[in-house]
Amino acid sequence: MSSVRQLLSYPFMVNALRAGTIVAVVSATMGWFMVLRRQTFAGHTLSLVGFPGAAGAILLGLSPAFGYFGFCGLAALVIGSADPQAGTSLYRQESAIIGTVQAMAIAIGFLFVGLYHGNLNGLTGLLFGSFLGITNAQVVALLVVAGCAVVVLGAIARPLLFATVDPEVAAAAGVPVRTLAVGFLLLLGVAVAETAQITGALLVFALLVLPPATAQVMTGRPALGVVLSVALAVGVTWAAVIAAYYTPYPTGAFITTLSFAAYALARGARLISERTRSTRPLAAAQIPA
Amino acid sequence: MTSVGVIVGSLTSILSHPFMRNAFLAGTGIAAACGLVGYFVVLRGQVFTGDALSHVAFTGALAALAAGLDLRLGLFGATVAVAAGMGLLGRSGRADDVVIGSVFAWMLGLGVLFLSIYTAGSSGANGTAGVSVLFGSILGLSAGSAQIAAAIGVAVCAGMVLIARPLLFASLDEGIAAAAGVPVRALGIGFLALVGVTAAETTQAVGALLLLGLLAAPAAAAHQLTARPFRGMALSMGLAVLAMWAGLVLSYLFSVTPPSFSVVAVATAIYAAAGAGGTVLRGRGTTRRHVTYGPAAVYGAGLAEVDDLA
Repeated sequence: MSSVRQLLSYPFMVNALRAGTIVAVVSATMGWFMVLRRQTFAGHTLSLVGFPGAAGAILLGLSPAFGYFGFCGLAALVIGSADPQAGTSLYRQESAIIGTVQAMAIAIGFLFVGLYHGNLNGLTGLLFGSFLGITNAQVVALLVVAGCAVVVLGAIARPLLFATVDPEVAAAAGVPVRTLAVGFLLLLGVAVAETAQITGALLVFALLVLPPATAQVMTGRPALGVVLSVALAVGVTWAAVIAAYYTPYPTGAFITTLSFAAYALARGARLISERTRSTRPLAAAQIPA
Repeated sequence: MTSVGVIVGSLTSILSHPFMRNAFLAGTGIAAACGLVGYFVVLRGQVFTGDALSHVAFTGALAALAAGLDLRLGLFGATVAVAAGMGLLGRSGRADDVVIGSVFAWMLGLGVLFLSIYTAGSSGANGTAGVSVLFGSILGLSAGSAQIAAAIGVAVCAGMVLIARPLLFASLDEGIAAAAGVPVRALGIGFLALVGVTAAETTQAVGALLLLGLLAAPAAAAHQLTARPFRGMALSMGLAVLAMWAGLVLSYLFSVTPPSFSVVAVATAIYAAAGAGGTVLRGRGTTRRHVTYGPAAVYGAGLAEVDDLA
């Protein structure tokens, strides 16, 4: 307890935990839908696109935030305009488009960093982020953007879930499937842009994918799944920020390793429970309905 | 004809630099392997797998550096092991995209860890190693490593040529191929291992973060331009090598652009041009537009060529 109190006596640690919590909540809720919609590749590309945006903004003497939001929003529109419903053969073509867009975006970012006369520490910061040195103003900005994103997601959650689970039936029932798809990508872009300013372009993806994937292995119920995903993400982020304080290793390494361990455990537990159920079919049948 | 003279003149001046000769030697082998492997990566819809392997390459290279080993040991070891592992875990040699995403998110975290260990230990003497792994350093290759890179590129191409026909069959129709006695699963795993080697190889040229451009863009352009598989493979190889050469020349002429950027930029431009050209070509035969490009068309043209096999 005294060590925790000592930890919290540093303002930078308090801000790291605050920002980490906000980032974890947003990524876990957005990520739950992203994983359900099987858009991990698109999500990864959106998170990388922030890098050239930020590098370009710095080159022009602007705040990196402009670059993050501008590029992530634009990329969300580009990816959203490619129609994934138009048949599986086109989908493969689409994944080639996403891959090319991603490589090109990073190449442009690299060029911008080079033109800025190679501040290599800045480069690592853009890619891998930093949980330390977050100001109070940044925490407030993060909270406002994150709050808006989560509220909007909450407003469209039910139709989005419907459109994700069964797009054809949803379209027949009058749900604007296509608008929802583009809207969700935009929302994801905004969340990623905000998060990337803290975690860096490369590590946003870990919080977007791992806690939601773990939650979806553990439960199929949507509300419970989102809650579980948020709890996992927040827990992992806190543990990682604290662990990084006591060791010389970066926060990102702890976040990814802890969340991957949770994912592997959940998969393992599920595998074992499926095995035991299939070898003892009577026991499964005896469970009252 | 004067423009030809200018190009030949500048080419001879470019090739008079040993570092440019090394870059062209290594780059040609790397690009050829990328083009050929990439054709199947796009055909099989495994671009995301290639994306994941590029991040594994980053982690592998930095792990080797942190442990004080040769960078290439970590590069090739990590990518081939993870590629084969993904093939083994997934059904019929392909992996689920959430599994891929989860594994490579973790890999990325490990990469950050190794980067911090390495930069903390190396006292700044070699602090740019992380950057060159991420973004490549083809102009910094020694003559020896350029020759090795070219040789590995040739070996990957030879391996691909050996498995091209059965792999094409297995990619187009897994069920029929399996029924005809093609070892679909083993081919899938073997192919992923070759993708792993290519990823490690390409990381040295354009870097872990950019190799997807060389893997996906020329291949996707070839898929746009022709539906016939063997012509497509040759075209994909040719376009990748073209992008590499043009990129190297561009970054020589304009020193602000790093070679990794110009290579990926040329590859992307080729893809964009092929996309526009493909649309114009298809516009002439509107009745057949749904089967004249992409994997569905390769399916039609490919089964005809595979028929010779049976």
